[in-house]
Amino acid sequence: MRTAAGAARCPGEPQADGVRAARPANDPSPRPAAQRSRRRAKYALTVGLFLLPSAVPLVCFTIYPMFSALWTSLHEWNLLSPMRWVGLDNYRQLLSDPATRRAFGNTVYYILGYLPLVYVGGLGLALALNAAIPFRNFLRGVYFLPVVTSWIVVALVWRWLLNPSVGVVNLVLGWFGLDGPGWWTDPAWAMPSIILASAWKDLGFVMIILLAGLQAIPQDLYEAARVDGAGWWSRLRHVTWPMLSPTTFFVIVISLINGFQVFDQVYAMTGGGPAGASTVVVQQVYDLTFRYAQAGLASALSWLLFLVVLAVTVVQMAGQRRWVDYA
Amino acid sequence: MPDQSGLKLSGRPSPAPPPANPRRGRSAWKPILILAVVLGALVMFFPFLWTLVTSVSPGAGLTDRPKLIPDNPSWSAYLELFRNTSFARVTLNSLGLAAVTTGLQLITSSMAAYVFSRMPFPGRGAVFAGYLATIMVPMQVLMVPLFVQMRDLHLVDNYLGVVLPGMASAFGVFLLRQAMNSVPRELDEAARIDGAGHLRIFGRIVLPLVGPSLATLTVFSFMSSWNAFLWPLVILRSPQLKTLPLALASMQGQYTTQWDVMMAGSVISILPMLAIYLFAQKYVIQGVASTGIK
Repeated sequence: MRTAAGAARCPGEPQADGVRAARPANDPSPRPAAQRSRRRAKYALTVGLFLLPSAVPLVCFTIYPMFSALWTSLHEWNLLSPMRWVGLDNYRQLLSDPATRRAFGNTVYYILGYLPLVYVGGLGLALALNAAIPFRNFLRGVYFLPVVTSWIVVALVWRWLLNPSVGVVNLVLGWFGLDGPGWWTDPAWAMPSIILASAWKDLGFVMIILLAGLQAIPQDLYEAARVDGAGWWSRLRHVTWPMLSPTTFFVIVISLINGFQVFDQVYAMTGGGPAGASTVVVQQVYDLTFRYAQAGLASALSWLLFLVVLAVTVVQMAGQRRWVDYA
Repeated sequence: MPDQSGLKLSGRPSPAPPPANPRRGRSAWKPILILAVVLGALVMFFPFLWTLVTSVSPGAGLTDRPKLIPDNPSWSAYLELFRNTSFARVTLNSLGLAAVTTGLQLITSSMAAYVFSRMPFPGRGAVFAGYLATIMVPMQVLMVPLFVQMRDLHLVDNYLGVVLPGMASAFGVFLLRQAMNSVPRELDEAARIDGAGHLRIFGRIVLPLVGPSLATLTVFSFMSSWNAFLWPLVILRSPQLKTLPLALASMQGQYTTQWDVMMAGSVISILPMLAIYLFAQKYVIQGVASTGIK
């Protein structure tokens, strides 16, 4: 009993019964080697204790599932019965399935509509709100407001604004003699509706990033350009644009990554409809998993999406030297 | 990662830069510019206003579109929500989940950030790179295996199934490490001479000095948890466990044409974020500007 109690004691505790274990730090007769290793152990312990609370969840709930998804994608699995190895069949099936092509097509459609809208709008706003105008901070705040609103609310509100019969947008279009479309109820207009709502939500986000980029441009460059007689346009073209290109690059990279992962607004605005007209890749992953219980196919599709995003990002990284100006 | 040298990474509020050029303003253009920006702001704000107006206009959508100034405004949609749906419960669920997740993220992120800023060890750079790599893993890839994992742990339809995967944030670690790196090391040296250990240096010196970044992280964690949709949708099944976004999404089926009720739900969902945003606007904007997250 005694020895068990002794062994269970903390290693740092001073022990009177002749055990020459590690000594407390303030021991009057230091043993350099033992002390150093004890201190090192304590340091390692502290590092471990500080890192574990974040490292364990990240390993268990991000890194492990990431590879587990890769493993699942090589099997046929309905989430219940044992997995059946099928090799690359899932990928083959996906690549030949028109539904996959449609989902990727719709996702690209979304990106092509959304990105120019938020970039051009965000840049215009950033330039305007970087100038000395009254209530500048207040105005920035208003433009940023949609960013903190949830996608579900944005989707609901825009379904209401774009309601074909009693929506405000069609009312305003009517004032100008225009016959508003069916928006999210019309297959041809479902994706434009989603793009419009998304652009409204993210405009302020892009604006703030570009503002930060604008503010980092040294003022003396503009002074120098002015001395050389450069007008507004040529300052924009030859000073702002190149100096802002790293920020532009950043916005495009982030927007493309987020764009490929678009889901919440689609789910809440159209559910991928009407008739699949706005089904995007993540919607397809969700449906395959929870409607058709095809976990293998779903995992394969999510990995395909990941690989596409990775490839797009790598291509951008490689291409940036051609146009991004790191002064 | 793209070059971010132009962006301030410290997360501290910095004084607004001087206006572009106060002396040589293009006076002819300026009123047009202001007019355009103000008109744009009105358009941006209009959906919020319309949401509010609709929520107090009974019968909106059934018969006609509401008027900008309602004839007889009424709270009936809000009463309907709180009497006939579990909306009060759902709002509390969302608040609780967001508070717990935010608290956990603040603790786990600040501890890890301290190590990456102040406690060198062999291989630390690689571990930090590993943390950053997890930022790039999309939620969608994790969805299937994480769901299976949670099912095997019997955490489906359980709040732990939502909280556990969200309790650590590699982004938070990154944000706080940047901030801690800008805290002068002389301060810890002085404390160490006074006999303080790492725990005390962390809690008493470094943490209080990165307050603004903690505020940024608080706002972002709360916001992403409050607005989270995909993962709670996968995990939470029972109506009494649902969060606000889930309840709002399912209300679309229940109140197909009662837009006043749906807009009332939206108002309730927007208000807490609006309050936090107004309170911490500079931290939110600083956070976005410095790291580009949402």
